[in-house]
Amino acid sequence: MAVNGQATAVELAGITKRFPGVVANHDIHLNVRKGTVHALVGENGAGKSTLMKILYGMQKPDEGTIAIDGEQVTFSSPADAIARGIGMVHQHFMLADNLTVLENVVLGSEKLHGIGGKARRRIKEISDRYGLGVRPDLLVEELGVAARQRVEILKVLYRGARTLILDEPTAVLVPQEVDALFANLRELKSEGLSVIFISHKLGEVLSVADEITVIRRGTTVGTAVPAETSPRQLAELMVGSELPTPQTAESTVTDRPVLTVDKLRLEAPGGKALLDDISFTIHAGEVLGLAGVEGNGQTELVDALIGLKHADSGVITLAEDEITAWPTRRRREQGIGYIPEDRHRHGLLLEAPLWENRILGHVTEAPNAKGFWLDPKSAQEDTRRIVEAYDVRTPGIDVTAASLSGGNQQKLIVGREMSHKPRFLIAAHPTRGVDVGAQAQIWDQIREARREGLAVLLISADLDELIGLSDTLRVIYNGKLVADADPATITPEELGSAMTGAATGHLEHEEPPADGPAKTSADDAADTPANGAEETPADGSAESSADGPAATQANGPGETPADDPAEAQAGDSVETPADGPAHIPSQGPAKTQADAPEDEAR
Amino acid sequence: MKKFDKERVLLAVAGPVIALAVAFALTSVVLIASGKNPVEPYTLMFEQASFSDIQVLIINQASMYYIAALAVAIGFRMNLFNIGVDGQYQLAAMIAAVVGAHVNLPAFLQIPLLLLTAVFTGAFWSGIAGVLKVTRGVSEVVATIMLNAIATSVIAYLWLPSVFGVKVGNNNTTGEMHESGWVPGIDLGAAGEIYGLVFLAVLLGVVYWVVLNRTRFGFDLRASGASESAAAASGVDPKRMVLTAMLISGGIAGLAGLPILLGDTHTYSLNFPTGIGFLGIGIALLGRNNPTGIAFAALLWAWLDKASPELDFHDYDKEIAVIMQGLIVLAVVVSYEAVREWGLRRQQRRVGAELAAGHVLGATASATGIAADNNAQKEVAGR
Repeated sequence: MAVNGQATAVELAGITKRFPGVVANHDIHLNVRKGTVHALVGENGAGKSTLMKILYGMQKPDEGTIAIDGEQVTFSSPADAIARGIGMVHQHFMLADNLTVLENVVLGSEKLHGIGGKARRRIKEISDRYGLGVRPDLLVEELGVAARQRVEILKVLYRGARTLILDEPTAVLVPQEVDALFANLRELKSEGLSVIFISHKLGEVLSVADEITVIRRGTTVGTAVPAETSPRQLAELMVGSELPTPQTAESTVTDRPVLTVDKLRLEAPGGKALLDDISFTIHAGEVLGLAGVEGNGQTELVDALIGLKHADSGVITLAEDEITAWPTRRRREQGIGYIPEDRHRHGLLLEAPLWENRILGHVTEAPNAKGFWLDPKSAQEDTRRIVEAYDVRTPGIDVTAASLSGGNQQKLIVGREMSHKPRFLIAAHPTRGVDVGAQAQIWDQIREARREGLAVLLISADLDELIGLSDTLRVIYNGKLVADADPATITPEELGSAMTGAATGHLEHEEPPADGPAKTSADDAADTPANGAEETPADGSAESSADGPAATQANGPGETPADDPAEAQAGDSVETPADGPAHIPSQGPAKTQADAPEDEAR
Repeated sequence: MKKFDKERVLLAVAGPVIALAVAFALTSVVLIASGKNPVEPYTLMFEQASFSDIQVLIINQASMYYIAALAVAIGFRMNLFNIGVDGQYQLAAMIAAVVGAHVNLPAFLQIPLLLLTAVFTGAFWSGIAGVLKVTRGVSEVVATIMLNAIATSVIAYLWLPSVFGVKVGNNNTTGEMHESGWVPGIDLGAAGEIYGLVFLAVLLGVVYWVVLNRTRFGFDLRASGASESAAAASGVDPKRMVLTAMLISGGIAGLAGLPILLGDTHTYSLNFPTGIGFLGIGIALLGRNNPTGIAFAALLWAWLDKASPELDFHDYDKEIAVIMQGLIVLAVVVSYEAVREWGLRRQQRRVGAELAAGHVLGATASATGIAADNNAQKEVAGR
């Protein structure tokens, strides 16, 4: 770790944090110097959040030490951390809309400068000093996202923070606002403050950070200095070189249509079209991938196909039968499998044992029922079979679904749905929040079923997954199918631009840059395992990045943790479609690709 | 994995036991605060429980509590709160009494007729709330409370001598029912008589368990209670399930007054017991919506009711029992939630520990001779 003489503001050494059965952080080392912006990068689920919760006093490390300004400390609550000058700007703002900026800032810190003129003067002073441009008397509800973020920053500065933790601060900002934020950050560091900047957007990290620490599978795998690092090296460090790519072998598409949707329209109460003029056909053995920024109608389409919402017009046909008016149960009995987007809300009974979860959705079918009666014995036996065949890691089938990790919950769902020999499978984000090992298994299951003639509708935010698994690609934008593409030639960037509505019709592939399309989308990949599991642990560790990612290969497939249940549930619902455009995965890689090829020794 | 089964039983028992202990302790505090002996009332009440006539009273009373609590519990199992059990059982008992006074069939037809009358009356009354909920989105809590008030008025109307009422002194009755509708009890001589319909209560408990745990319908109902969204995605029609559950709940509620009506009073009068529906809510809570649990809770409640009058003879207030019932309900709500969360977390920890130790299912299953291919599983476990 390069320390150029400047004093250390925060030093984390050997931090290890275990959650039930898993290790969320393992032997983490982080050294933040005064007056710098230190970026902490890693995939979602790599353990960044846990680490920051530890630094902010929300969780206690099981091992390791925290030193602030060279002095060893223990935090038992955020209040302790604040007292030592640590401030956290959360990704989801913690502001009361109906209070003014001034009121929000003093709330909880009334003792510092009162709540009147003195506080207002202090706010102005901080605002001017760091160029935040905060006006204390506006109501927060009148502020835009960027302004709210500046209020949050001011809030922690007001409380005397010398080290600021910014959790994915750019996720909610448009590019110009990002630049303004970075200007603020430079202002902060020139005043001697330190910033810990959490992100997985490599372009941003390289432009703003003075130093970078990469975290993967719960452990620090290396540090880098932006000037000497290419985005590509960083991406490799971040995801490891073994990032599995979903590749479908030869085509298995037949000409037998399994699911046909014709001019489907679904309206919100009030008549606004959520889905309009949706038409497509999926054949036996075909995977149709649906790309789109979240919130553009994917959820509604799935609801309409599974029967949770009924179409306002249009026709859905399953093989020979028109199923438009069928209720959900009949559709499922007749061979529609369903891997829901939000497994906690739609796929599981969290507090019920695994074998009851195996019954869920198929209560009328063998082996779960014999006529009117349930058949718990067969259901239990079959649950054991699924657990073994699909490698669900559990000590038994009587444990509650909530006690399994996200990846294992998902494997159970996949196993359950596949066990009923579906003709048509709806797979919505099938590998979201799932660890790498489980991801590969789920891809295998989908591929295998496809070979046997299953028709699949695949919805995913992971463009690599979409391109790799699909036989046909469609792009949904604003409730309409606006474009189609051939997955054999299309690149994530090209797909990405259609997802923003910028391109329509049939997407033609343009000649790729010299280094080819492979791996250009590390940024996307980092973007996708969005939620659910907060931390991916690692059981082994690689100390330094001296020999690059290879050193970490020994770890074997990490288990996604049985995360803190409350957190896991919250996690799944956190993803808001509203901030969609900020997530468009295509922007980053398009840029990174250009300057990728330079290969420097590390 | 019998371990986890055992644990579930432990957790199921821990909640009520903690709640009862807390309630007893707090009641003692009340006694001390009012300057009384904090232990003697319990000894007096326990002593009462050893007299056979009191035992008969307890069992008879408990049978009605039990049925009312089952009615509440079936709603609870799918997150419906039927507060209207009170109105439903009273109205049902009255209509059954009226039918029993005006129709005279042979006993083997008369008794089923009266039971069905009560079931349908109760289901009709709760069905109003059910229909309002699924068509207009009216909260069933509000609707059933209102329907309780309306039921009281309807009963007062039916009591008018010009309608079905028969005045006996100052008392309003519905006239004496025909003897073919009387359900014979078990005569224990001096100790009294156990209502014949006590067995109906037991039967209902068994049916309740079987339906919930062994039928497709029961699974759907429980799934709806556990997660409405997951149930809908699994193919349950939420509206139909709400209506069905309300109807069943009301139907059972309709039976709650019949043990005493057909076994003892043979008329619906001003003296007919009221408030059983509300007590049923507390009993269902304490019994964790489980038929066995509810049976214990109903007996406990009946004991507090029937043993407490003795306290008046020893210079204690019998209202101590009421205080205690209230405290039990309070303690139950708190302790169940605490135990539930604790149990979930504990299980997650244990599952984690077992996995970390390599106890994946394959290995266990092979020990019990279920898994054929345990080698493959061991490989998996060893990864």
